[in-house]
Amino acid sequence: MSKAHPAVAVIQFPGSNDDRDAALALDSLGAEALLVWHAERELPDVTAVVLPGGFSYGDYLRCGAIARFAPVMEAVRDFAAAGGLVLGVCNGFQVLCEAGLLPGVLRPNASLSFVCRDVPLRVARTDTPFTSRCEPGQQLTIPVKHGEGGFFAGPDLLQELEAHGQILLRYEEDANPNGAVANVAGVTNERGNIFGLMPHPEHAVDALLGSADGALILGSLIDAARERTAVLV
Amino acid sequence: MRATVLVRPKPGILDPQGEAVGSSLRQLGFSISAARVGRLVELELENGDPGKARAELERMCQQLLANPLIESYEIAVEGE
Repeated sequence: MSKAHPAVAVIQFPGSNDDRDAALALDSLGAEALLVWHAERELPDVTAVVLPGGFSYGDYLRCGAIARFAPVMEAVRDFAAAGGLVLGVCNGFQVLCEAGLLPGVLRPNASLSFVCRDVPLRVARTDTPFTSRCEPGQQLTIPVKHGEGGFFAGPDLLQELEAHGQILLRYEEDANPNGAVANVAGVTNERGNIFGLMPHPEHAVDALLGSADGALILGSLIDAARERTAVLV
Repeated sequence: MRATVLVRPKPGILDPQGEAVGSSLRQLGFSISAARVGRLVELELENGDPGKARAELERMCQQLLANPLIESYEIAVEGE
């Protein structure tokens, strides 16, 4: 039996500011979002974890560099090591990269400007827990809002990511907002249970917001979480 | 004991901050062919042994102060 409303933890770091948006979006899509403070050492009984956007610890030193030492990150690390689904959005993506849970790093935007706009994205794979509701090759419109979101990986690492199919989302060729290498907007770890992306799916879950395409990403995660509760029960 | 860690963007890595600083200096009339911007971290160490301090500083750089994918670092220990 699957659980109708799978529980999803949304981590709150000092300086997170999309935590409530993420929780609201997840709830509206059929999940039961649970806000979890960064000082917690354990996660509640959840089937997925979301690291939201924001400016954790003031983005001091490098974005995400301090947040990765938050007490809760040990629990997130264990959860991911056990195969749990983890989604990092924007600052959450930066935290996961700094923690070494995702490959690469997010650099200051090539333009040095903070970008805040809708961007067109192309879905590379749909056989994943994060993109299953998308059509192969589908174009999505989801907003970005960041100053340091240019994905970078050296040539060897990039080749590895391509070979393992870890790049799930790319900016359209002429719409790369931050100078990311190979137009990378979102990557997974090799195992495929951790996903980080710079665009904010939680800000695009209703046509009133300009796009509902973000619901495809969060909805995919919720579907996968629901299936997992079915397996666990 | 005092130590400093100089963190800078690795050669070949795009440094938009350095480029912006370079172009601003050029606008002011200075002849600049390149500018790179790094970060200087000053530390007061409780450990008094320079050898041990250096090993500790290496670990600090690897664990927090620098991201080895895009940054290099230089450690200087006072009195060494």
